[in-house]
Amino acid sequence: MGINWHNILRRGLHTSSARLQVIQGATPTKRICIVGAGPAGFYAAQLILKQLDNCVVDVVEKLPVPFGLVRFGVAPDHPEVKNVINTFTKTAEHPRLRYFGNIALGTDVSLRELRDRYHAVLLTYGADQDRELELENEQQGNVISARKFVAWYNGLPGAENLAPDLTGRDVTIVGQGNVAVDVARLLLSPLDALKSTDTTEYALEALSRSQVQRVHLVGRRGPLQAAFTIKELREMLKLPNVDTRWRSEDFSGIDPQLDKLQRPRKRLTELMLKSLKEQGRISGSKQFLPIFLRAPKAISPGEMEFSVTELQQEAAVPTTSTERLPSHLILRSIGYKSSCVDTGINFDNRRGRVHNIDGRILKEDASAKVDPGLYVAGWLGTGPTGVIVTTMNGAFAVAKAICDDINANALDTSSAKPGYDADGKRVVTWDGWQRINDFESAAGKAKGKPREKIVSIEEMLRVAGV
Amino acid sequence: MFCLLLRRSAVHNSCKLISKQIAKPAFYTPHNGLHTTIPRRHGEFEWQDPKSPDEIVNITYVDKDGKRTKVQGKVGDNVLYLAHRHGIEMEGACEASLACTTCHVYVQHDYLQKLKEAEEQEDDLLDMAPFLRENSRLGCQILLDKSMEGMELELPKATRNFYVDGHKPKPH
Repeated sequence: MGINWHNILRRGLHTSSARLQVIQGATPTKRICIVGAGPAGFYAAQLILKQLDNCVVDVVEKLPVPFGLVRFGVAPDHPEVKNVINTFTKTAEHPRLRYFGNIALGTDVSLRELRDRYHAVLLTYGADQDRELELENEQQGNVISARKFVAWYNGLPGAENLAPDLTGRDVTIVGQGNVAVDVARLLLSPLDALKSTDTTEYALEALSRSQVQRVHLVGRRGPLQAAFTIKELREMLKLPNVDTRWRSEDFSGIDPQLDKLQRPRKRLTELMLKSLKEQGRISGSKQFLPIFLRAPKAISPGEMEFSVTELQQEAAVPTTSTERLPSHLILRSIGYKSSCVDTGINFDNRRGRVHNIDGRILKEDASAKVDPGLYVAGWLGTGPTGVIVTTMNGAFAVAKAICDDINANALDTSSAKPGYDADGKRVVTWDGWQRINDFESAAGKAKGKPREKIVSIEEMLRVAGV
Repeated sequence: MFCLLLRRSAVHNSCKLISKQIAKPAFYTPHNGLHTTIPRRHGEFEWQDPKSPDEIVNITYVDKDGKRTKVQGKVGDNVLYLAHRHGIEMEGACEASLACTTCHVYVQHDYLQKLKEAEEQEDDLLDMAPFLRENSRLGCQILLDKSMEGMELELPKATRNFYVDGHKPKPH
């Protein structure tokens, strides 16, 4: 119970210091609300707090826990990538930042309400849907999205009951991005390599019974258009007991083009060619099978049919030839899209993101003018591409636009705004998150893992003390 | 997206860490969370002043907007943490564990040869860095020595017009 008193004390202090600013300052405190506590939200908050003295930043997050894809997307065997959490934690502990976990835009609070209560609202809630193949039988149980599979092993609330069928020998992953490679690596990694990661216990248990021996990684285009990056590929090539097999015909005519390629593409292609040359030298009981120039055509029980494609100016054009691949489980990994969580958002349904120019959201009417005070950053604005530096640069740029707009009086900041009122709602504060963090770390320690994630939202709330 | 990387790397030593301590309210009890379990060494060395003139290495950072900042470092300083000490906006998201490219810098050409050659892991990451150039390196992998006296490090410009509406993605 003592913990709850701490919490009350801290919340009280927070409110009074914010009030004090309003009373003392010549102009009202600028209130900025960021919706979504992932990398885009935290990087934007970091820059805003640094550039604007007289402001309070509130971060509203749908889940009780912060960090978005750093927690739920980054592969558990890539713990170094998660070091960025330390920087985000510093930002969160800034005295002018308040964290409201377990508050969902569109259900707990409307965009209209946030806009009334803040001078500026920045949407950074990411991309939680995936693009579909649009094939018959796609909704069957043996076809799941790689996004859901990642969410499952990473413990995203709601994904724990996915129950991927790992009883067959062959898995086909459609798509060749780094998410696809992450999933392939998780399926082919020796279990011991994962036991010391924060992979959820239920996923480790399911993977321990996995019968999967061959993972096909299928792309519509050729090796020169492969979407995975060299780091991810090198990891696959180094996996113990896994034999990577390329199809030599996929690489015909590639050699002479090497010199014309940009450095990253060149190094990646050279690595593929080197691996092709050396294949067969190592034998493994499991196989990683990258396959190029095949477009999804049909799904039937136990197998998947692909059209053989030809490249025409970098685009894959299906021919009349087809190929069938044994596919006990099919994982779709052809991109994410965002969802529209509030009717007040000017959302581009076709592209699956918010209409914006450089992070400034456009009005819904025909004028296509900027809607003052409303911004978007991260994948919700850009579409789901890029690595963390891309999101960081994007979020910094949008945050700078917010500061510039406020300084240039492009937004009306003359009247005081109250900020979010969480009365009556079950809100997880930053202290609440720290309690969850401590609990998870302790539970992980007992198992030799960096943490054992809590997956149930109710359990998170209980541990947070709300 | 964030699926960049590999295991703990050959980063020159075992320590990882945040350069600035997190100020905590007095009533806040330390916990076993992320930042208390890691030894706090990284970045602390860079806060020590040179002990003798022999150790001094002067370098210049040029930021995104072209602003130049001359900095007195010393032999052994990591240029990422040295930048933090002097308020230069060089991120270091993965804390020098070779898992991101947020400390990407351009090294003045005359000095490129004086640097230890990039390891495969650094090169693999650089391949993912926006605005890669021949003289690109990761700041966290550069440790100062006397031969780097006078070196200039330029931070890449941030992305411009990164999401103008109506952008058409390349066909797949």
